Amino acid sequence: MRFMPQTDADIAAMLKTIGAADLDALVAHVPESLRARAAINLAPGRGEAEVAAQLGALAAMNGAAAGYSSFLGAGYYRHYVPAAVRAITARAEFATSYTPYQAEASQGTTQAIFEFQTLITQLTAMEVANASMYDGASAAAEAVLMARRVMPKRRVVAISRALWPDYRATIRTYLSALGEIEIVEAPFDDLTGAIDLSALAAIAGDKMLCAVLGYPNSFGVIEPIRAAAEIVHRADAIMITATAEGLALGLLKPPGELGADIVVGEGQSFGLALQFGGPGLGFMAARADHVRQMPGRLVGQTCDRDGRRAFCLTLSTREQHIRRERATSNICTNHSLCALAAAVYLSQMGRRGLRELAERNVELAHQAAEALAARGIKRRFNGPFFNEFTAAIPRPAAALEAAERRRILAGTALAPDYPEISDGLLIAVTEMNHDAEIDALARTLAEAAAGSVEAR
Amino acid sequence: MATAGKISGVSPIRKDHDSRELAARDTATLPIGTPLIFELSSDGRAGADLAPRTKGARSGAEILGPELCRDDLPGFPELSEPQVMRHFLCLSQLNFAQALQFYPLGSCTMKYNPVINDEIAALPGFANLHPLTPPHLAQGALELMARLEAALAEITGMDAISLHPAAGAQGELTGLLCARAFFNKRRETRHKVIIPDTAHGTNPASCRLAGYEVVVAHSNDRDFIEASEVRRLVDNDTAAMMVTNPNTLGIFEPQIAEIAAALHDKGALLYMDGANLNALMGVAKPGHMGADIVQLNLHKTFSTPHGGGGPGAGPIGVTRVLEPFLPVPRLKNTAAGWTLDHARPDSIGRMRSFHGNFGMLLRAYAYILALGGDGLANASRLAILGANYVRKRLEAHFPAASAEPSMHECVLEHDLEKRSGVTTLEIAKRLLDFGVHPPTIYFPLIVHGALMIEPTETETKEVLDAFVAVMERIYTEALSDPELVKTAPHSLTLSRVDEAQAARHPILRWQPK
Repeated sequence: MRFMPQTDADIAAMLKTIGAADLDALVAHVPESLRARAAINLAPGRGEAEVAAQLGALAAMNGAAAGYSSFLGAGYYRHYVPAAVRAITARAEFATSYTPYQAEASQGTTQAIFEFQTLITQLTAMEVANASMYDGASAAAEAVLMARRVMPKRRVVAISRALWPDYRATIRTYLSALGEIEIVEAPFDDLTGAIDLSALAAIAGDKMLCAVLGYPNSFGVIEPIRAAAEIVHRADAIMITATAEGLALGLLKPPGELGADIVVGEGQSFGLALQFGGPGLGFMAARADHVRQMPGRLVGQTCDRDGRRAFCLTLSTREQHIRRERATSNICTNHSLCALAAAVYLSQMGRRGLRELAERNVELAHQAAEALAARGIKRRFNGPFFNEFTAAIPRPAAALEAAERRRILAGTALAPDYPEISDGLLIAVTEMNHDAEIDALARTLAEAAAGSVEAR
Repeated sequence: MATAGKISGVSPIRKDHDSRELAARDTATLPIGTPLIFELSSDGRAGADLAPRTKGARSGAEILGPELCRDDLPGFPELSEPQVMRHFLCLSQLNFAQALQFYPLGSCTMKYNPVINDEIAALPGFANLHPLTPPHLAQGALELMARLEAALAEITGMDAISLHPAAGAQGELTGLLCARAFFNKRRETRHKVIIPDTAHGTNPASCRLAGYEVVVAHSNDRDFIEASEVRRLVDNDTAAMMVTNPNTLGIFEPQIAEIAAALHDKGALLYMDGANLNALMGVAKPGHMGADIVQLNLHKTFSTPHGGGGPGAGPIGVTRVLEPFLPVPRLKNTAAGWTLDHARPDSIGRMRSFHGNFGMLLRAYAYILALGGDGLANASRLAILGANYVRKRLEAHFPAASAEPSMHECVLEHDLEKRSGVTTLEIAKRLLDFGVHPPTIYFPLIVHGALMIEPTETETKEVLDAFVAVMERIYTEALSDPELVKTAPHSLTLSRVDEAQAARHPILRWQPK
């Protein structure tokens, strides 16, 4: 077998050294009743060409390969991935190393993570960021758990109903086993699509632990974080923001300037392929005085015995391998290679490039919204938006089908997650969408709304 | 027999120095190491070119207005593309990695990661597939996931597999929450989970998150758990016991079936931590041992790259009665093909967005296809061969911590601390000088100064022989010249990193001067 190098002579020599008759003798101590039934009934192994052909055939079955124009977003965004990102993350020195326990042998990984942590603090205007989490949704759940460690006596968690449904569901699961937590959904304003601040104020009392808002939210609307944070802080509670479209932080006011105490989000937009939704890149940033309650790995700067700058994992007394059941989280690894991709991506885009790209996304999304409006399809909410907005269209499911017949994936219907919004279609527009696609989208949705799309 | 020397390729910057000569040099003249990306930045440089925008159109900042927009990204890097490439390529040269070095990190299964799998992951049909693509346009991905579920069920002997969890630790929590939901459904409230004293730290941490109190089961003097110990601890308040098998000493738990029976007698569940599945393929199936829940680490047994600490993937397998509680969505086979089923009232819900770490799942599936059933069984046997070979070859100076037979890894001890004051950490650092990534050290906690060695099946006998020679040489050095070992490493770009200082004075980000 091509991955296993042992020749018959090697095996014989090794068995002789050990004093075993054959390979089966090495597992003879495993109960016979288990061994007798352990054979794996799968097809025989295949050569590389066959593996490539079989998986290539599966890849070709997916629509992504077949020339659809796409306006799918809703938490995962189509952005161009520069070749440099792939070239660096493909390096075996990064890809086939592990958690940098041995600092002297891991300066590549630890320095890259230190740079990633710094980039995230710059984007969020927070003081400290960890080495990454699994994805935005689990990072949001970990943020609520972290808030609970900061304020163990509080028990009301306010979650905006306009926070991404996956994020809300994940928070609920993570909290499901912990008693004395009450989750309250804060409603949105049906006109703006932003959080109903008076409703939030009604929830904000002396039992309130934290509030979690999307930034932008699950309708694409840019939430009034500053006003929400003032309400949350009047109750001495913790303000958490969750950003699924990381690119938005390249242009929008950073949550740290608006009063956020914990900032989480998804960094997939920073150089990660879509890959059907994973692996993603959760990020988490916080104020320095909460660092000991943070979950996940942290890399710190130090020096070696000769005084040279060095980097290593640090503050690990928070972590499971030291503290066991008293750890801040059960998380072991981060999504290190994804954090590396983000570090390369953000470094290459740079201070001006990231902002320009974010602006380009805003421009194109507004161009699309205007093109739809010109054909009579209005926005469902009038709150400001970044690169994603909710169109008001009757029977969105039918409109999606009609668009698909013209090889357009027009977006995501809100109704499955928001039964109260029967006419909402969430449309994301990025730098990957060009003018002709946007025109075709507007034309097709207008015709669908009028009930006149024919198959081509 | 191989002589002690560098075991594998040496990158150009790792030059051998005579250690004492190095120590004698004026530290002020030493190179300062790789600058941070921020220190290479220069105002006005750019690494990305966007297409020019339409003339006269309003800019994004104008559209949103100054209230919503930030002023700047202070301190953010400004570099050209070649600078970015060189910087990160230089960083890559500072890493040890499985592809470059022998990396016998115990319990982590650092086996070869087939490069074809990375090419497959980059195919546009996978790489560009949005997770909310309508299922009828994502049949290839869903079919792959279904086939992987079926293969993992066959390998583990479990009834149902969920590919949802992002990592082994998240798989643990998912499994425990399924157990909790199972008892809730039966209107039973149980508070305790039993965990052996050899367990990995994630087990108790996951229990805590799942709302359970931890009860510690003690290994016997042969380093395994006896069913009698479980019978002593288990009662009607026990939800489950988490057992890693083989355990963290690399020993197959011989009484696992009796342990399962003892738990089941009291209505409790057996959770098997599958971190060490690389020992078990074709040897014994968790489902046959009586496991009700098992989590798998695809980045270990199924060869997906470890990535410097993730991303991994941590699917779980369960028995039929626990299947309704698995996270949503679940794959569902319908007349119209594969769909994603969200309408599952007993499900614990979501642990994350979307459908799992698909990019890792497809690599694991490609690996399983490449090896086939017999190949996987062979991989486990050859992994066990390597661990027992290293154990036997090293037994004179690094005896095994347990007399029981080793499976895919061995845990060794030594007497150097007593004889010359050289610690396990210092041995580990000295190994770096010979181009070997150290084993896992000081784990399991019940073995003083443990060295946990997992060679994996993808290493040659020549590499194992060279490793043995290096270990023997370090043993000799530790007695004849302990300072040489205590001050290691000597041949890397850095000497010993001061981890205590990092924790005492945390510097967690770069800031402009």
